[in-house]
Amino acid sequence: MDEIIKAPPLSRRRLLGALIATGAAAAVGPRISAAQPDAIITRPIPSTDEKLPAVGLGSWITFNVGYDDAARASCAEVMRNFFEAGGRLIDSSPMYGSSQATIGYGLYKLGKPPALFSADKVWTSPASRGPAQIEVSRKQWNVPRFDLLQVHNLLAWKEHLPTLFAMKASGQLRYVGITTSEGRRHRDFEQIMRTQPLDFVQVSYNVLDREAEARILPLAQERGMAVIINRPFRQGALIDRVARHPLPSWAGEIGCVSWAQLLLKFIIAHPAVTCAIPATTSAPHARENVGAARGPLPDKAMRQRLVSLVEQL
Amino acid sequence: MSEWWTYRPSSFLLFSARTYYRLFELYNAEIWPWQVLALLMGVAILVLLRKPGAWQGRTISALLAASWLWVAWAYLYSRYASINWMATYFAAAFALEALLLIVLGVGHGLVWRPPAAWISRAGIGLATFAVALQPLIGPLVGRSWSQVEIFAVAPDPTVVGTLGVLVLASGWPKWLLLPIPILWCLVSGATAWVMQSPDAALMPAAAALVIVAGGGSVLSRMAPARDASGTPALD
Repeated sequence: MDEIIKAPPLSRRRLLGALIATGAAAAVGPRISAAQPDAIITRPIPSTDEKLPAVGLGSWITFNVGYDDAARASCAEVMRNFFEAGGRLIDSSPMYGSSQATIGYGLYKLGKPPALFSADKVWTSPASRGPAQIEVSRKQWNVPRFDLLQVHNLLAWKEHLPTLFAMKASGQLRYVGITTSEGRRHRDFEQIMRTQPLDFVQVSYNVLDREAEARILPLAQERGMAVIINRPFRQGALIDRVARHPLPSWAGEIGCVSWAQLLLKFIIAHPAVTCAIPATTSAPHARENVGAARGPLPDKAMRQRLVSLVEQL
Repeated sequence: MSEWWTYRPSSFLLFSARTYYRLFELYNAEIWPWQVLALLMGVAILVLLRKPGAWQGRTISALLAASWLWVAWAYLYSRYASINWMATYFAAAFALEALLLIVLGVGHGLVWRPPAAWISRAGIGLATFAVALQPLIGPLVGRSWSQVEIFAVAPDPTVVGTLGVLVLASGWPKWLLLPIPILWCLVSGATAWVMQSPDAALMPAAAALVIVAGGGSVLSRMAPARDASGTPALD
Protein backbone atom coordinates (compact mmCIF):
# COMPACT_ATOMS: atom_id res chain seq x y z
CA MET A 1 0.00 0.00 0.00
CA ASP A 2 2.94 2.35 0.57
CA GLU A 3 3.64 4.47 -2.40
CA ILE A 4 6.80 6.46 -2.98
CA ILE A 5 6.70 9.64 -5.00
CA LYS A 6 9.48 11.98 -5.97
CA ALA A 7 9.73 15.03 -3.76
CA PRO A 8 9.78 18.45 -5.47
CA PRO A 9 13.16 20.11 -6.14
CA LEU A 10 15.02 20.76 -2.93
CA SER A 11 16.62 23.91 -1.72
CA ARG A 12 19.94 23.52 0.08
CA ARG A 13 18.24 24.18 3.40
CA ARG A 14 15.53 21.65 2.70
CA LEU A 15 18.01 19.08 1.52
CA LEU A 16 20.02 19.48 4.71
CA GLY A 17 16.92 19.17 6.86
CA ALA A 18 15.86 16.02 5.07
CA LEU A 19 19.29 14.51 5.51
CA ILE A 20 19.30 15.28 9.19
CA ALA A 21 15.83 13.83 9.54
CA THR A 22 16.88 10.54 7.99
CA GLY A 23 20.08 10.30 9.95
CA ALA A 24 22.15 10.39 6.81
CA ALA A 25 24.04 13.60 7.51
CA ALA A 26 26.33 12.05 10.09
CA ALA A 27 27.25 9.27 7.72
CA VAL A 28 27.98 11.23 4.57
CA GLY A 29 29.97 14.12 6.09
CA PRO A 30 31.70 16.10 3.36
CA ARG A 31 29.84 14.22 0.60
CA ILE A 32 26.61 15.86 1.73
CA SER A 33 26.01 17.65 -1.57
CA ALA A 34 26.02 14.35 -3.43
CA ALA A 35 23.48 12.66 -1.19
CA GLN A 36 19.82 12.21 -2.12
CA PRO A 37 17.17 12.10 0.59
CA ASP A 38 14.63 9.32 0.61
CA ALA A 39 11.38 10.24 -1.08
CA ILE A 40 8.48 10.93 1.23
CA ILE A 41 6.15 8.05 1.92
CA THR A 42 2.59 8.73 0.82
CA ARG A 43 -0.62 6.80 1.19
CA PRO A 44 -3.64 6.90 -1.10
CA ILE A 45 -7.03 8.11 0.08
CA PRO A 46 -9.02 5.03 -0.97
CA SER A 47 -12.06 6.91 -2.25
CA THR A 48 -10.09 8.94 -4.80
CA ASP A 49 -6.55 7.51 -4.84
CA GLU A 50 -5.19 11.00 -4.03
CA LYS A 51 -1.83 10.64 -2.26
CA LEU A 52 -1.09 12.11 1.17
CA PRO A 53 2.25 12.18 3.01
CA ALA A 54 2.05 9.73 5.90
CA VAL A 55 2.82 12.36 8.54
CA GLY A 56 0.67 15.45 9.04
CA LEU A 57 0.41 18.17 11.69
CA GLY A 58 -2.04 18.31 14.59
CA SER A 59 -2.97 21.52 16.40
CA TRP A 60 -4.49 20.33 19.72
CA ILE A 61 -3.10 22.57 22.51
CA THR A 62 0.05 23.54 20.60
CA PHE A 63 -1.59 26.11 18.29
CA ASN A 64 -4.04 27.47 20.88
CA VAL A 65 -2.00 30.58 21.68
CA GLY A 66 -4.69 33.27 21.57
CA TYR A 67 -3.68 36.61 20.11
CA ASP A 68 -0.06 36.38 21.23
CA ASP A 69 1.84 37.69 18.19
CA ALA A 70 5.14 36.08 19.19
CA ALA A 71 3.54 32.68 19.76
CA ARG A 72 1.58 32.91 16.49
CA ALA A 73 4.79 33.72 14.62
CA SER A 74 6.38 30.68 16.26
CA CYS A 75 3.47 28.51 15.11
CA ALA A 76 3.84 29.91 11.58
CA GLU A 77 7.47 28.84 11.72
CA VAL A 78 6.37 25.33 12.73
CA MET A 79 4.07 25.29 9.71
CA ARG A 80 6.84 26.57 7.42
CA ASN A 81 9.16 23.78 8.52
CA PHE A 82 6.34 21.26 8.18
CA PHE A 83 5.62 22.25 4.57
CA GLU A 84 9.29 22.53 3.68
CA ALA A 85 9.88 19.01 4.98
CA GLY A 86 7.14 17.74 2.67
CA GLY A 87 4.07 17.70 4.93
CA ARG A 88 0.56 18.51 3.67
CA LEU A 89 -2.27 17.62 6.05
CA ILE A 90 -3.01 20.00 8.94
CA ASP A 91 -5.83 19.07 11.31
CA SER A 92 -7.78 21.29 13.69
CA SER A 93 -11.19 21.74 15.32
CA PRO A 94 -13.42 24.53 16.60
CA MET A 95 -12.94 22.87 19.98
CA TYR A 96 -9.26 23.80 19.99
CA GLY A 97 -9.63 27.43 21.10
CA SER A 98 -7.69 29.78 18.84
CA SER A 99 -5.91 27.01 16.91
CA GLN A 100 -7.88 27.58 13.71
CA ALA A 101 -7.12 31.30 13.74
CA THR A 102 -3.45 30.50 14.36
CA ILE A 103 -3.42 28.19 11.34
CA GLY A 104 -5.08 30.93 9.27
CA TYR A 105 -2.41 33.37 10.40
CA GLY A 106 0.34 30.89 9.51
CA LEU A 107 -1.12 30.17 6.09
CA TYR A 108 -1.31 33.91 5.41
CA LYS A 109 2.30 34.42 6.50
CA LEU A 110 3.42 31.53 4.30
CA GLY A 111 1.57 32.79 1.26
CA LYS A 112 -1.10 30.07 1.31
CA PRO A 113 1.05 27.03 0.51
CA PRO A 114 -0.57 25.09 -2.35
CA ALA A 115 0.45 21.78 -0.75
CA LEU A 116 -2.01 22.30 2.12
CA PHE A 117 -4.56 19.60 2.78
CA SER A 118 -6.98 21.25 5.22
CA ALA A 119 -8.70 18.97 7.70
CA ASP A 120 -11.11 20.44 10.21
CA LYS A 121 -14.11 19.31 12.22
CA VAL A 122 -17.64 20.24 13.11
CA TRP A 123 -18.30 20.14 16.84
CA THR A 124 -21.56 21.63 18.00
CA SER A 125 -24.94 20.63 19.27
CA PRO A 126 -27.69 21.26 18.30
CA ALA A 127 -26.56 20.35 14.81
CA SER A 128 -28.51 23.24 13.30
CA ARG A 129 -25.52 25.37 14.28
CA GLY A 130 -23.20 23.19 12.21
CA PRO A 131 -23.20 25.13 8.92
CA ALA A 132 -22.57 28.42 10.73
CA GLN A 133 -19.73 26.89 12.72
CA ILE A 134 -18.15 25.46 9.57
CA GLU A 135 -18.30 28.87 7.92
CA VAL A 136 -16.64 30.52 10.93
CA SER A 137 -13.93 27.85 10.82
CA ARG A 138 -13.40 28.35 7.09
CA LYS A 139 -12.98 32.10 7.59
CA GLN A 140 -10.49 31.52 10.40
CA TRP A 141 -8.43 29.24 8.18
CA ASN A 142 -9.01 31.68 5.32
CA VAL A 143 -9.36 28.90 2.76
CA PRO A 144 -11.93 28.75 -0.07
CA ARG A 145 -13.10 25.35 1.14
CA PHE A 146 -11.96 22.54 3.38
CA ASP A 147 -10.48 19.39 1.93
CA LEU A 148 -11.82 17.31 4.80
CA LEU A 149 -14.47 17.91 7.45
CA GLN A 150 -15.02 15.43 10.23
CA VAL A 151 -17.69 15.06 12.88
CA HIS A 152 -15.70 15.63 16.07
CA ASN A 153 -16.05 12.86 18.66
CA LEU A 154 -19.30 11.75 16.99
CA LEU A 155 -21.14 14.74 18.50
CA ALA A 156 -24.58 14.91 16.85
CA TRP A 157 -23.24 12.79 13.99
CA LYS A 158 -26.65 11.74 12.71
CA GLU A 159 -27.47 15.35 11.95
CA HIS A 160 -24.01 16.57 10.90
CA LEU A 161 -23.18 13.82 8.41
CA PRO A 162 -26.04 14.65 5.99
CA THR A 163 -24.85 18.28 6.02
CA LEU A 164 -21.29 17.22 5.21
CA PHE A 165 -22.37 14.80 2.48
CA ALA A 166 -24.51 17.57 0.94
CA MET A 167 -21.52 19.94 1.02
CA LYS A 168 -19.40 17.29 -0.68
CA ALA A 169 -22.06 16.70 -3.35
CA SER A 170 -22.22 20.41 -4.11
CA GLY A 171 -18.43 20.76 -4.35
CA GLN A 172 -17.99 22.78 -1.13
CA LEU A 173 -16.01 19.95 0.44
CA ARG A 174 -13.85 17.12 -0.86
CA TYR A 175 -13.94 14.49 1.88
CA VAL A 176 -16.13 13.53 4.86
CA GLY A 177 -15.04 11.80 8.04
CA ILE A 178 -15.67 11.10 11.71
CA THR A 179 -13.33 11.20 14.70
CA THR A 180 -12.90 9.79 18.13
CA SER A 181 -9.97 9.79 20.53
CA GLU A 182 -8.50 7.78 23.36
CA GLY A 183 -10.62 4.74 22.57
CA ARG A 184 -14.01 6.32 23.20
CA ARG A 185 -17.21 5.00 21.60
CA HIS A 186 -15.49 2.49 19.34
CA ARG A 187 -18.67 0.39 19.09
CA ASP A 188 -20.69 3.35 17.79
CA PHE A 189 -17.73 4.32 15.63
CA GLU A 190 -17.68 0.90 13.97
CA GLN A 191 -21.42 1.01 13.39
CA ILE A 192 -21.13 4.35 11.61
CA MET A 193 -18.22 3.05 9.54
CA ARG A 194 -20.36 0.11 8.43
CA THR A 195 -23.34 2.22 7.41
CA GLN A 196 -21.99 5.55 6.13
CA PRO A 197 -19.97 6.23 2.96
CA LEU A 198 -17.09 7.92 4.79
CA ASP A 199 -13.83 8.93 3.16
CA PHE A 200 -11.87 9.26 6.41
CA VAL A 201 -11.93 8.09 10.00
CA GLN A 202 -9.71 9.46 12.77
CA VAL A 203 -8.78 7.48 15.89
CA SER A 204 -6.07 7.32 18.55
CA TYR A 205 -3.33 4.78 17.97
CA ASN A 206 0.22 4.50 19.22
CA VAL A 207 2.72 1.96 20.45
CA LEU A 208 0.89 1.60 23.78
CA ASP A 209 -2.72 2.34 22.79
CA ARG A 210 -3.43 -0.30 20.16
CA GLU A 211 -7.14 -0.94 20.64
CA ALA A 212 -7.84 0.30 17.10
CA GLU A 213 -5.77 -2.57 15.68
CA ALA A 214 -8.43 -5.10 16.60
CA ARG A 215 -11.43 -3.80 14.67
CA ILE A 216 -11.27 -0.17 13.53
CA LEU A 217 -8.17 -0.41 11.35
CA PRO A 218 -9.16 -3.68 9.62
CA LEU A 219 -12.67 -2.31 9.08
CA ALA A 220 -11.25 0.84 7.50
CA GLN A 221 -9.29 -1.31 5.07
CA GLU A 222 -12.33 -3.41 4.33
CA ARG A 223 -14.55 -0.37 3.77
CA GLY A 224 -11.95 1.61 1.82
CA MET A 225 -11.56 4.49 4.29
CA ALA A 226 -8.48 6.59 4.93
CA VAL A 227 -7.30 6.63 8.55
CA ILE A 228 -5.86 9.61 10.43
CA ILE A 229 -4.12 8.80 13.69
CA ASN A 230 -4.33 11.25 16.60
CA ARG A 231 -2.49 11.16 19.96
CA PRO A 232 0.58 9.47 18.41
CA PHE A 233 2.62 10.53 21.44
CA ARG A 234 -0.19 10.46 24.05
CA GLN A 235 0.00 14.26 24.17
CA GLY A 236 3.73 14.09 24.80
CA ALA A 237 3.53 11.61 27.66
CA LEU A 238 5.00 8.83 25.53
CA ILE A 239 7.99 10.97 24.61
CA ASP A 240 8.47 11.86 28.28
CA ARG A 241 8.35 8.15 29.12
CA VAL A 242 11.00 7.05 26.64
CA ALA A 243 13.18 10.14 26.39
CA ARG A 244 15.46 9.28 29.30
CA HIS A 245 16.31 5.94 27.71
CA PRO A 246 18.75 5.56 24.81
CA LEU A 247 17.32 5.03 21.35
CA PRO A 248 17.69 1.32 20.52
CA SER A 249 20.54 0.61 18.13
CA TRP A 250 18.20 -1.09 15.66
CA ALA A 251 16.32 2.21 15.19
CA GLY A 252 19.14 3.18 12.86
CA GLU A 253 18.21 0.31 10.55
CA ILE A 254 15.07 2.22 9.57
CA GLY A 255 16.73 5.65 9.56
CA CYS A 256 15.37 6.91 12.89
CA VAL A 257 17.38 9.57 14.68
CA SER A 258 14.92 10.12 17.54
CA TRP A 259 12.30 8.40 19.63
CA ALA A 260 9.65 10.58 17.99
CA GLN A 261 10.55 9.21 14.57
CA LEU A 262 10.60 5.64 15.85
CA LEU A 263 7.18 6.02 17.47
CA LEU A 264 5.77 7.61 14.32
CA LYS A 265 7.24 4.94 12.06
CA PHE A 266 5.55 2.32 14.24
CA ILE A 267 2.20 3.99 13.49
CA ILE A 268 2.56 4.64 9.78
CA ALA A 269 3.95 1.15 9.20
CA HIS A 270 0.46 -0.20 9.84
CA PRO A 271 -1.00 -0.80 6.39
CA ALA A 272 -4.37 0.73 7.27
CA VAL A 273 -2.90 4.04 8.42
CA THR A 274 -2.98 6.96 6.01
CA CYS A 275 -1.54 9.76 8.10
CA ALA A 276 -0.40 10.35 11.69
CA ILE A 277 -0.84 13.89 13.02
CA PRO A 278 1.66 14.73 15.79
CA ALA A 279 1.38 18.24 17.24
CA THR A 280 4.37 20.32 18.22
CA THR A 281 5.42 23.84 19.16
CA SER A 282 8.93 23.27 17.86
CA ALA A 283 9.91 23.99 14.26
CA PRO A 284 12.80 21.47 14.31
CA HIS A 285 10.44 18.84 15.73
CA ALA A 286 7.93 19.52 12.94
CA ARG A 287 10.68 18.83 10.43
CA GLU A 288 11.86 15.78 12.35
CA ASN A 289 8.31 14.38 12.54
CA VAL A 290 7.83 14.60 8.79
CA GLY A 291 11.21 12.93 8.47
CA ALA A 292 9.58 9.79 9.90
CA ALA A 293 7.77 9.51 6.57
CA ARG A 294 11.06 8.90 4.79
CA GLY A 295 13.19 5.81 4.59
CA PRO A 296 12.32 2.24 5.48
CA LEU A 297 9.48 1.36 7.82
CA PRO A 298 9.63 -1.29 10.55
CA ASP A 299 8.40 -4.76 9.66
CA LYS A 300 6.06 -6.77 11.85
CA ALA A 301 8.86 -8.22 13.96
CA MET A 302 10.46 -4.84 14.58
CA ARG A 303 7.10 -3.31 15.49
CA GLN A 304 6.56 -6.06 18.04
CA ARG A 305 10.05 -5.49 19.36
CA LEU A 306 9.25 -1.80 19.87
CA VAL A 307 6.01 -2.62 21.69
CA SER A 308 7.86 -4.93 24.07
CA LEU A 309 10.57 -2.36 24.65
CA VAL A 310 8.29 0.60 25.35
CA GLU A 311 6.02 -1.45 27.60
CA GLN A 312 9.05 -2.22 29.76
CA LEU A 313 10.24 1.40 30.03
CA MET B 1 -21.21 14.02 26.42
CA SER B 2 -21.18 10.26 25.94
CA GLU B 3 -18.98 8.03 28.05
CA TRP B 4 -18.19 11.01 30.27
CA TRP B 5 -16.46 8.75 32.75
CA THR B 6 -13.72 8.08 30.21
CA TYR B 7 -12.70 11.75 30.24
CA ARG B 8 -9.91 12.91 32.52
CA PRO B 9 -9.34 16.49 33.70
CA SER B 10 -6.51 16.69 31.16
CA SER B 11 -9.05 15.99 28.39
CA PHE B 12 -10.43 19.48 29.01
CA LEU B 13 -7.10 21.28 29.03
CA LEU B 14 -7.02 23.16 25.74
CA PHE B 15 -3.77 25.07 26.18
CA SER B 16 -0.27 24.72 27.55
CA ALA B 17 0.91 26.15 30.87
CA ARG B 18 3.22 28.40 28.88
CA THR B 19 0.29 29.89 26.95
CA TYR B 20 -1.81 30.23 30.12
CA TYR B 21 0.77 32.22 32.06
CA ARG B 22 1.88 34.17 29.00
CA LEU B 23 -1.71 35.43 28.85
CA PHE B 24 -1.17 37.16 32.23
CA GLU B 25 2.08 38.64 30.95
CA LEU B 26 0.38 40.21 27.93
CA TYR B 27 -2.64 41.27 30.00
CA ASN B 28 -0.46 42.97 32.63
CA ALA B 29 1.47 44.82 29.94
CA GLU B 30 -1.70 45.99 28.21
CA ILE B 31 -3.47 47.36 31.29
CA TRP B 32 -0.47 48.90 33.06
CA PRO B 33 -0.60 51.02 35.29
CA TRP B 34 -4.12 50.05 36.38
CA GLN B 35 -2.58 47.40 38.63
CA VAL B 36 -1.63 50.23 41.01
CA LEU B 37 -5.27 51.25 41.35
CA ALA B 38 -6.25 47.61 41.84
CA LEU B 39 -3.73 47.23 44.66
CA LEU B 40 -5.01 50.43 46.29
CA MET B 41 -8.52 48.98 46.14
CA GLY B 42 -7.25 45.87 47.87
CA VAL B 43 -5.53 47.90 50.58
CA ALA B 44 -8.68 49.99 51.02
CA ILE B 45 -10.70 46.83 51.62
CA LEU B 46 -8.20 45.62 54.23
CA VAL B 47 -8.37 48.98 56.01
CA LEU B 48 -12.17 49.10 55.87
CA LEU B 49 -12.42 45.64 57.42
CA ARG B 50 -10.93 47.14 60.58
CA LYS B 51 -13.15 50.22 60.70
CA PRO B 52 -16.69 49.49 61.85
CA GLY B 53 -19.48 51.62 60.48
CA ALA B 54 -22.78 51.43 58.63
CA TRP B 55 -21.17 52.23 55.29
CA GLN B 56 -18.34 49.74 55.74
CA GLY B 57 -20.08 46.67 54.31
CA ARG B 58 -21.57 48.58 51.42
CA THR B 59 -18.25 50.17 50.44
CA ILE B 60 -16.37 46.88 50.57
CA SER B 61 -19.13 45.18 48.58
CA ALA B 62 -18.97 47.92 45.94
CA LEU B 63 -15.18 47.57 45.63
CA LEU B 64 -15.48 43.79 45.36
CA ALA B 65 -18.27 44.04 42.78
CA ALA B 66 -16.11 46.37 40.68
CA SER B 67 -13.23 43.89 40.93
CA TRP B 68 -15.35 40.92 39.85
CA LEU B 69 -16.89 42.86 36.99
CA TRP B 70 -13.48 44.00 35.76
CA VAL B 71 -12.02 40.49 35.92
CA ALA B 72 -15.11 39.11 34.13
CA TRP B 73 -14.78 41.54 31.26
CA ALA B 74 -11.10 42.42 30.97
CA TYR B 75 -9.58 39.04 31.69
CA LEU B 76 -12.06 36.18 31.37
CA TYR B 77 -14.15 37.40 28.44
CA SER B 78 -11.67 39.56 26.55
CA ARG B 79 -8.54 37.44 26.97
CA TYR B 80 -8.94 34.02 28.58
CA ALA B 81 -11.81 33.16 26.23
CA SER B 82 -9.35 33.37 23.33
CA ILE B 83 -7.76 30.11 24.48
CA ASN B 84 -10.60 28.55 26.47
CA TRP B 85 -14.17 28.58 25.16
CA MET B 86 -15.41 27.76 28.68
CA ALA B 87 -14.12 31.17 29.85
CA THR B 88 -17.22 32.81 28.39
CA TYR B 89 -19.26 30.91 30.97
CA PHE B 90 -16.74 31.77 33.68
CA ALA B 91 -17.10 35.44 32.74
CA ALA B 92 -20.89 35.16 33.08
CA ALA B 93 -20.47 33.57 36.52
CA PHE B 94 -18.12 36.37 37.61
CA ALA B 95 -20.58 38.99 36.33
CA LEU B 96 -23.35 37.24 38.29
CA GLU B 97 -21.22 37.36 41.44
CA ALA B 98 -20.68 41.08 40.85
CA LEU B 99 -24.43 41.52 40.55
CA LEU B 100 -24.99 39.56 43.76
CA LEU B 101 -22.42 41.71 45.54
CA ILE B 102 -24.27 44.83 44.40
CA VAL B 103 -27.72 43.53 45.34
CA LEU B 104 -26.84 41.72 48.56
CA GLY B 105 -23.73 43.59 49.63
CA VAL B 106 -24.40 47.17 48.56
CA GLY B 107 -28.20 46.99 48.64
CA HIS B 108 -28.84 44.80 51.66
CA GLY B 109 -25.52 45.46 53.38
CA LEU B 110 -23.03 42.93 54.68
CA VAL B 111 -22.51 42.85 58.44
CA TRP B 112 -19.23 41.94 60.06
CA ARG B 113 -19.79 39.89 63.18
CA PRO B 114 -17.41 36.90 63.26
CA PRO B 115 -18.59 34.52 65.98
CA ALA B 116 -15.11 33.40 67.00
CA ALA B 117 -11.66 34.91 67.10
CA TRP B 118 -10.14 32.17 64.93
CA ILE B 119 -12.75 32.76 62.25
CA SER B 120 -11.95 36.48 62.33
CA ARG B 121 -8.27 35.72 61.99
CA ALA B 122 -8.94 33.32 59.12
CA GLY B 123 -10.96 35.95 57.24
CA ILE B 124 -8.46 38.75 57.77
CA GLY B 125 -5.65 36.36 56.96
CA LEU B 126 -7.20 35.24 53.67
CA ALA B 127 -7.96 38.80 52.56
CA THR B 128 -4.46 39.99 53.46
CA PHE B 129 -2.92 36.99 51.75
CA ALA B 130 -4.88 37.70 48.54
CA VAL B 131 -3.79 41.33 48.38
CA ALA B 132 -0.22 41.18 49.68
CA LEU B 133 1.14 37.64 49.36
CA GLN B 134 -0.69 35.73 46.64
CA PRO B 135 0.84 37.84 43.83
CA LEU B 136 4.25 36.64 45.05
CA ILE B 137 3.42 32.95 44.72
CA GLY B 138 3.99 32.82 40.96
CA PRO B 139 7.49 34.33 41.08
CA LEU B 140 8.32 32.16 44.12
CA VAL B 141 7.56 28.98 42.17
CA GLY B 142 9.56 30.13 39.17
CA ARG B 143 7.20 32.15 37.01
CA SER B 144 8.13 35.56 35.67
CA TRP B 145 7.31 38.77 37.57
CA SER B 146 5.64 39.99 34.41
CA GLN B 147 3.09 37.18 34.83
CA VAL B 148 2.15 38.24 38.34
CA GLU B 149 -1.52 37.76 39.33
CA ILE B 150 -2.89 40.74 41.30
CA PHE B 151 -6.04 41.26 43.34
CA ALA B 152 -8.84 42.90 41.29
CA VAL B 153 -6.89 42.17 38.08
CA ALA B 154 -6.58 38.37 37.99
CA PRO B 155 -9.32 35.95 39.09
CA ASP B 156 -7.51 33.87 41.73
CA PRO B 157 -6.50 36.61 44.19
CA THR B 158 -9.80 38.38 43.58
CA VAL B 159 -11.65 35.22 44.57
CA VAL B 160 -9.46 34.55 47.63
CA GLY B 161 -9.81 38.16 48.79
CA THR B 162 -13.58 37.94 48.44
CA LEU B 163 -13.66 34.66 50.34
CA GLY B 164 -11.72 36.31 53.16
CA VAL B 165 -14.29 39.10 53.36
CA LEU B 166 -17.17 36.62 53.29
CA VAL B 167 -15.65 34.57 56.12
CA LEU B 168 -15.88 37.70 58.26
CA ALA B 169 -19.43 38.50 57.21
CA SER B 170 -22.51 37.29 59.03
CA GLY B 171 -26.11 36.99 57.94
CA TRP B 172 -27.80 35.05 55.14
CA PRO B 173 -26.46 37.11 52.21
CA LYS B 174 -23.00 35.63 52.60
CA TRP B 175 -24.30 32.11 51.90
CA LEU B 176 -25.56 33.26 48.53
CA LEU B 177 -22.25 34.94 47.77
CA LEU B 178 -20.07 31.91 48.57
CA PRO B 179 -20.90 29.29 45.89
CA ILE B 180 -19.36 31.03 42.84
CA PRO B 181 -16.00 31.83 44.52
CA ILE B 182 -15.78 28.30 45.93
CA LEU B 183 -16.59 26.76 42.55
CA TRP B 184 -13.92 28.93 40.95
CA CYS B 185 -11.39 27.62 43.48
CA LEU B 186 -12.13 24.11 42.24
CA VAL B 187 -11.97 25.12 38.56
CA SER B 188 -8.73 27.03 39.02
CA GLY B 189 -7.20 24.26 41.12
CA ALA B 190 -8.10 21.62 38.51
CA THR B 191 -6.64 23.77 35.73
CA ALA B 192 -3.40 24.31 37.64
CA TRP B 193 -3.25 20.62 38.53
CA VAL B 194 -3.51 19.37 34.94
CA MET B 195 -0.93 22.00 33.95
CA GLN B 196 1.27 20.52 36.71
CA SER B 197 1.70 23.95 38.30
CA PRO B 198 3.49 23.65 41.65
CA ASP B 199 0.91 25.91 43.34
CA ALA B 200 -2.09 23.86 42.19
CA ALA B 201 -3.24 23.14 45.75
CA LEU B 202 -3.53 26.81 46.70
CA MET B 203 -7.06 27.59 45.50
CA PRO B 204 -8.65 24.32 46.73
CA ALA B 205 -6.93 24.91 50.09
CA ALA B 206 -8.45 28.39 50.28
CA ALA B 207 -11.89 26.93 49.53
CA ALA B 208 -11.39 24.25 52.17
CA LEU B 209 -10.46 26.88 54.77
CA VAL B 210 -13.57 28.89 53.96
CA ILE B 211 -15.80 25.82 54.21
CA VAL B 212 -14.27 24.92 57.58
CA ALA B 213 -14.69 28.52 58.77
CA GLY B 214 -18.28 28.54 57.50
CA GLY B 215 -19.02 25.34 59.40
CA GLY B 216 -17.34 26.76 62.48
CA SER B 217 -19.38 29.92 62.15
CA VAL B 218 -22.65 28.00 62.04
CA LEU B 219 -21.71 25.84 65.03
CA SER B 220 -20.52 28.84 67.06
CA ARG B 221 -23.81 30.65 66.55
CA MET B 222 -25.96 27.60 67.26
CA ALA B 223 -24.29 26.55 70.50
CA PRO B 224 -24.93 29.63 72.71
CA ALA B 225 -28.41 30.06 71.32
CA ARG B 226 -29.34 26.51 72.29
CA ASP B 227 -27.96 27.14 75.77
CA ALA B 228 -30.28 30.08 76.22
CA SER B 229 -33.50 29.00 74.58
CA GLY B 230 -33.09 25.50 73.20
CA THR B 231 -33.42 26.62 69.58
CA PRO B 232 -30.70 27.79 67.21
CA ALA B 233 -30.50 31.46 66.42
CA LEU B 234 -30.91 32.69 62.85
CA ASP B 235 -29.13 35.65 61.40
